[in-house]
Amino acid sequence: MDPESFLYIAVSFFILGAVASLLPLKKVKDYIYLLPVSGSVIFGILSFSLVSGSNLNVFSFPISSIFEFKFHGDSFSGFFAILISVLAFCVSIFSIGYTSSFTNKGLFGFLYNMFILSMYAVIFSANIITFLISWETMSVLSYFLVTFERDEKSSKAGLLYIVMTHIGTAFIIILFLLLYGQTGSMDFAEIKKLSSQIPENLRHLIFIFSIIGFGTKAGIIPLHTWLPKAHPAAPSNISSLMSGVMIKTGIYGFIRISIDMLGSGPEWWGVTIIIIGTISSVLGVLYALIVNDIKKLLAYSSIENIGIILLGVGASMVFNANGLYLLSGIALIAGLYHALNHSIFKGLLFMSAGSVVHAAHTKNMENMGGLLKAMPYTGLFFLIGSVSICALPPFNGFVSEWLTYQSLLLGFQADSVLAKIITPLGGAALALTGAIAAACFVKAFGISFLGMPRSRQAENAVESTPSMTAGMAVLAVLCFLSGIFPGTVINMLSSVIGSLSGYNTNNDLLSYLHADNFFIFISDSSKEIGNAITSLSPVSIILTMIVMLIALLVFIRIVNRGRKITYADSWDCGIPSLTPRMQYTSTAFTKPIKIIFKRIYLPKREINISYLVKPLFVKAMKYSGGITPFIDKYIYDNVTGFIKRIANKVRLMQSGSLHLYLGYILITLIILLIFGD
Amino acid sequence: MEFMQFLIIILFSPLVNGTIKKFKAGMQGRVGPSIVQPYYDLLKLFKKDMVISNVTSWIFKVAPYVVFASSVTAVMLVPVVTAESSFFMMGDVIALIYILALGRFFMALAGLDAGTAFGGEGSSREMTVTILVEAMMMLSIFTAAISAGSTNIARIAASDYISYSPAHVLALAAFIVAIIAETGRIPVDNPDTHLELTMIHEGMILEYSGRYLAIIEWAQYIKQMLLFTIAIDVFLPFGISMSNQPLHIIISCGIYFVKILFITFLMAFAESTRAKLRFFQLPSLLGGAFVLALLSLLTYTIMGK
Repeated sequence: MDPESFLYIAVSFFILGAVASLLPLKKVKDYIYLLPVSGSVIFGILSFSLVSGSNLNVFSFPISSIFEFKFHGDSFSGFFAILISVLAFCVSIFSIGYTSSFTNKGLFGFLYNMFILSMYAVIFSANIITFLISWETMSVLSYFLVTFERDEKSSKAGLLYIVMTHIGTAFIIILFLLLYGQTGSMDFAEIKKLSSQIPENLRHLIFIFSIIGFGTKAGIIPLHTWLPKAHPAAPSNISSLMSGVMIKTGIYGFIRISIDMLGSGPEWWGVTIIIIGTISSVLGVLYALIVNDIKKLLAYSSIENIGIILLGVGASMVFNANGLYLLSGIALIAGLYHALNHSIFKGLLFMSAGSVVHAAHTKNMENMGGLLKAMPYTGLFFLIGSVSICALPPFNGFVSEWLTYQSLLLGFQADSVLAKIITPLGGAALALTGAIAAACFVKAFGISFLGMPRSRQAENAVESTPSMTAGMAVLAVLCFLSGIFPGTVINMLSSVIGSLSGYNTNNDLLSYLHADNFFIFISDSSKEIGNAITSLSPVSIILTMIVMLIALLVFIRIVNRGRKITYADSWDCGIPSLTPRMQYTSTAFTKPIKIIFKRIYLPKREINISYLVKPLFVKAMKYSGGITPFIDKYIYDNVTGFIKRIANKVRLMQSGSLHLYLGYILITLIILLIFGD
Repeated sequence: MEFMQFLIIILFSPLVNGTIKKFKAGMQGRVGPSIVQPYYDLLKLFKKDMVISNVTSWIFKVAPYVVFASSVTAVMLVPVVTAESSFFMMGDVIALIYILALGRFFMALAGLDAGTAFGGEGSSREMTVTILVEAMMMLSIFTAAISAGSTNIARIAASDYISYSPAHVLALAAFIVAIIAETGRIPVDNPDTHLELTMIHEGMILEYSGRYLAIIEWAQYIKQMLLFTIAIDVFLPFGISMSNQPLHIIISCGIYFVKILFITFLMAFAESTRAKLRFFQLPSLLGGAFVLALLSLLTYTIMGK
């Protein structure tokens, strides 16, 4: 079968799913998610065939001379389609159980199917019109999904999201207009061919607009404000999709425009991206650390991971500008590998967080605790996700961060001093990020799953349904597999970046970055890297650990034969009855970090004491504390304040009287007639 | 022999701790326990019964093994007396730091598992110190890695860049602070106290007893000697054997012994002459070391050596 027919079948599964959800049949609605499950499997097969490079397909539905729906898939879009397919598959399985208690299942099923389909449409769009329509469809559908639960909080979050995303879209439209104006073509392939004739200054402008436009969707700081509000407001299976793949479409768009179409660019482009990546990763994870809402924590951590992806992408652009094309390829592989890993483990984390919220009826970690005993599988999956996202071996996050470190350190091979300084500093920021992420996920897992239950609901929590755990299990296994067998992923990625312009160095690249199932080598077979040999073997690491554990167990068996284990209460300093209230809380855990980074957090605290007799007898003490999100306070508040002031002035013109409006039209007409010709 | 060099660290690490204690006792005018005392302690702990809190979950039982396995696996990646071994292909210094981080992650979780305030305090502080230390440690190793052209620690040790440029001296200074923080020594943490509000590491392992405690203590000794060895490999690599000939390895063993003795003395000296810092004074110490590491990298970039 040719790829087109695969596509038609896959699309029809999703459309069928959307239509069937709207049918007024109660029985059907419970099994509706089997359709997107099959659809994503077929899309997955299609995308793997695209990545392997053998199949390209172009097809279009012309509507008028310029208005044409045109879709095209190369191996770069194939790679992102794999991300969507893997996550859509698992989330759909998860949704069978997760959505069973929803009130408006039919509408949700419709939106869900169309949302996934619109993400595929974005990735496969081949011209400007198609891209913009798919992009808008994706944004609007995700808006409906964010506000699906219809409380005040989610509608506020949704409003912020739709406003921010449209600011982003405005920039995307302008940059496409610029591209169209300069090349006279709507077609991406044509634009790419003609892009060399775009003047220097306009290229810079397009680059900056693509950072703003796509960066808003990806959630880079300071354009991230919508993300930590929208992700927690949406139902968890949607947060999983949004955080796992939707924000990656921003990365896709950025790479498509700035690297593929414009062919990278001068060094400061890459340096800018590295700086943005550094800021987003460090600030993102710092904010993730201190929040107590488990889904908000994961949302901030997505900002961090987008930053890490951008570190790889930025390093790649710097190398490209310095003429180090093979290093550039390695750095881009690192970035894309992290994109893949992030969608796997963040999808997993959001789903397990969803199960927890479902079972404990709270998003606040301070009210959880001890859930590992009640929900052993969900707990295990959350732990696997946490270990992966902290980039700890032997799970997948480690390999992509290791590659990112390597590519940043190899920046020393560049000639320019700026690159030599900025790349290792990016590496240091990555190390800082890694350490903070570890603290963050120790808190997230430790406070919510370990210790004693902190509330009645947490005490009565029960394990999620089999379909929910099955959806998570698939991703947990993938976390492990793509961590210990990185060779497969790297080889796939080297053919993916081969399809981007300026990276047609597929075979050379593989002689350099050798990866099989047991080893990754960055070798010195070429002069470019100098003598930088380095290597990694995740399989050997895990095998060594296992062998050493067995040796230890044997040793213990010999020395410690026949010793008893007594179970007793925790050590309580001699005071009887340790209560759950005495445990370290989420706020307490992060307090030292809040104090150390107070210049960033700008913490505020308020203590109200009411007395019975003024200085001696205290009746009640009330403590409240928090932080000041300085980006919101110093940037967004000023901007919104300014807009409000202008709007207040403009409001005078709007009296509601029809006559006055007719008068405005008359005046406008007269002015036009006078100055019109 | 080259495959077995990691046994040196695993077997002799308690001895190193004993030596530090002996040096400290000497500086304080005491006789102090014998330098093999840590072995007796470990053996005694291994032979004891255990009491486990009934609040804990399986994380509490798994953590000691993960801590031990991660320390030992990290040891495999480090050249001790020879820079020739196929184990070093497994990973490099970045992998090593992340493998140690895996152990620390589980240790911190175990601290939270018993649901007590001490454990939570220990893990919270441990993770806070890590945030300040890990970036500094990486950065100071980066300087050496960049000048050796590789992050593989065996290649760093084998490279002949050593001319003690300003950059390396700065990086070494930062790295020593990192070792002090990572091994939980004064002025960052006090390894000899229990049940004081100053403690970090001891807070996390308060609930452990018997063989679990023995495993954790042993892993801690291993980690300490491992960090000393990394310092030797990265910053004082002269005299390490480049081949597997027995004679070279024997000489290299001797030199290694002297270097370890020097670092143990340094640690004991630092611990005897400093007072434990208040927890919130740590950022100024560790931040200062971070600046040193940063300066070392910039110096290297500007001077080219």
